Amino acid sequence: MTISDNTPGNDKEKDMETHTLPASLSGIVANAKQSKQHGGKALGVGLEARGIHAWFDEKHVLNNVSLDFWAGTVTALIGPSGCGKSTLIRTLNRMHEFIPGASMAGEVLLDGKDIYASGTDVTKIRLKVGMVFQKPNPFPSMTIAENVLAGLKLAQIKVENKDDLLQECLERAGLWAEVKDRLNAHGGSLSGGQQQRLCIARALAVRPEVLLMDEPCSALDPGSTLKVEETISHLSSSMTIIIVTHNMQQAARVSDYTAFFLSDGGPGEMVELGPTSEIFSRPKDTRTENYVTGRFG
Amino acid sequence: MSTATAIKPAIPQRGKPWKPTPLQRLITVGIFALSVALSSAIVAMTPLKGKLAYAAVFFISFVTIDYLFARIKQGKSAGADSIFRGFVTMGIFIAVIPIVSILYSVIDRGYKGLHWSLFTTDMHSTPPNGPIGQGGLLHAIIGTVLLVLVALIISVPIGILTAIYMTEIKGRFTRPIKFLVQAMSGVPSIVAGLFILAAIVYPLTKTFNSFEGSLALAILMIPTIARTSEEILLLVPQDLRESGVALGGTQWRTVAQIVLPAARGGLVTAMILGIARVAGETAPIVLLTGGGDTKNWNIFNGPMGSLPFYIWKGFGAGTPESITRAWAGIMVLLGLVLALFIGARLLSNRKTK
Repeated sequence: MTISDNTPGNDKEKDMETHTLPASLSGIVANAKQSKQHGGKALGVGLEARGIHAWFDEKHVLNNVSLDFWAGTVTALIGPSGCGKSTLIRTLNRMHEFIPGASMAGEVLLDGKDIYASGTDVTKIRLKVGMVFQKPNPFPSMTIAENVLAGLKLAQIKVENKDDLLQECLERAGLWAEVKDRLNAHGGSLSGGQQQRLCIARALAVRPEVLLMDEPCSALDPGSTLKVEETISHLSSSMTIIIVTHNMQQAARVSDYTAFFLSDGGPGEMVELGPTSEIFSRPKDTRTENYVTGRFG
Repeated sequence: MSTATAIKPAIPQRGKPWKPTPLQRLITVGIFALSVALSSAIVAMTPLKGKLAYAAVFFISFVTIDYLFARIKQGKSAGADSIFRGFVTMGIFIAVIPIVSILYSVIDRGYKGLHWSLFTTDMHSTPPNGPIGQGGLLHAIIGTVLLVLVALIISVPIGILTAIYMTEIKGRFTRPIKFLVQAMSGVPSIVAGLFILAAIVYPLTKTFNSFEGSLALAILMIPTIARTSEEILLLVPQDLRESGVALGGTQWRTVAQIVLPAARGGLVTAMILGIARVAGETAPIVLLTGGGDTKNWNIFNGPMGSLPFYIWKGFGAGTPESITRAWAGIMVLLGLVLALFIGARLLSNRKTK
């Protein structure tokens, strides 16, 4: 099937190249600048989703989602299973197209340019928008060091001093102290939580501007989850982080903004977006309130 | 006894409570002995005859006694379990007996033909009825190794690339190719030989050499390697491919640097199965290689001996000496295939460890 370009919101948003904020968001941002806890401040728009729709074959799974992800912040996407959160973040680095039968509409602007524009080098997009998956998946044939530097080999990036980069990435991922004496051990020899931080280090090595995390802690124990969350907090000052999570406490702990998604049997929609403290304390929509207070989901 | 041990809390006696107790072992042995006695008694008293009768009666009586015992002592489900166990054990024996029997016959008849000069000389000056200690099969070992090696060099890239097409690229031709590969794995070896004879030897080269034999072997090898590699590549988690691509790799680099290394052990298994498929193939070799009795290192020129050919020729000559030589040849062929297997395994384990 072909997707018509005439999706709602698309034409309007094209006029927004100057990054003036939609009215609904400007208030949010003003609030957020005050509510940021760890000294960081919004560094501008990192990634903009404009009227995103997604389909799997004939099934419409995501309906007209527009939101901005601010650099230097963590945005959490919450909502019950099947509401399109993961689908949304997979459209943000063009992983959506790997699923047979997938199609989409809308624009994703990175540095003001649509990543779906024809002639875009997809591999360059994915270098700038890194991804951490749900299950820790270090490359089994590689050592810890090789895993971290795998992206350089894959994308054929030359680096002056690999050892420095290795140490820097592992430090940023909060893993250096635990593995510095066994960098040549296999990735599989680490515990689950360490493996996930190894995957974060691997994603950092190609210096992405945006990091997408698809339920990065759902396969981890509480201790490892805490470490990954600390890592996310450290990283958020220098990049845009978007995290899908089913754990509302986690969203409350790590994120600056929270977007609540819901599907009423049809395609998933974004119900509400706001600073995390507001979403969890005084949400505007009753559905959000019901979800964050645990009445359903 | 000493004061130190008295202070420490006593460590209880270690044991493996899940293992059968001596009494249970004794009962099993008892059932076994009873079944043996029963089977010899029944065979002696009835017109049943032969080893098969012993085995069948023994099996039936063992399972029956074991079942009754378990049924009475532990109940219905334990009884059913014991019957199942009996049939599984029988299955193992039925599977293993032919293998052991083949190995036994080969070693029993082959060892008489073994001597050191087998591995240092060839057959060019030894008549079929020459004494056993004379002549050797160096030419056949060289021939088999060269034939299989060249076939492997041709088939591994083609087979693995086919598998990559079927699992990674998933293009429009995936289904027809999958069907063709499956159909090709059933091609009789003589057909592969005749195909090369008709397509290459008669119209083009007009002589026999071992390269043509390798081509025919490659036809047999490619489907095995492609199918096994496909199965192996399907086992590589989709996550790894996505991670590779998410790190900015192209599909080709992701396959080459992540998917194939992750599947390396399995790909070696695919190669081993390919070797196993062709190492003993005789028909295309008889048709195409010319089957010489002298050492020949040139795969493009001159007749090439090989172990299957040597064995075939030895039995064909029909003298007691040549038949003994042929059995020795079978033994060497089995040893060679085993050595290739072990070598490939070691190679694949070296870096993954």
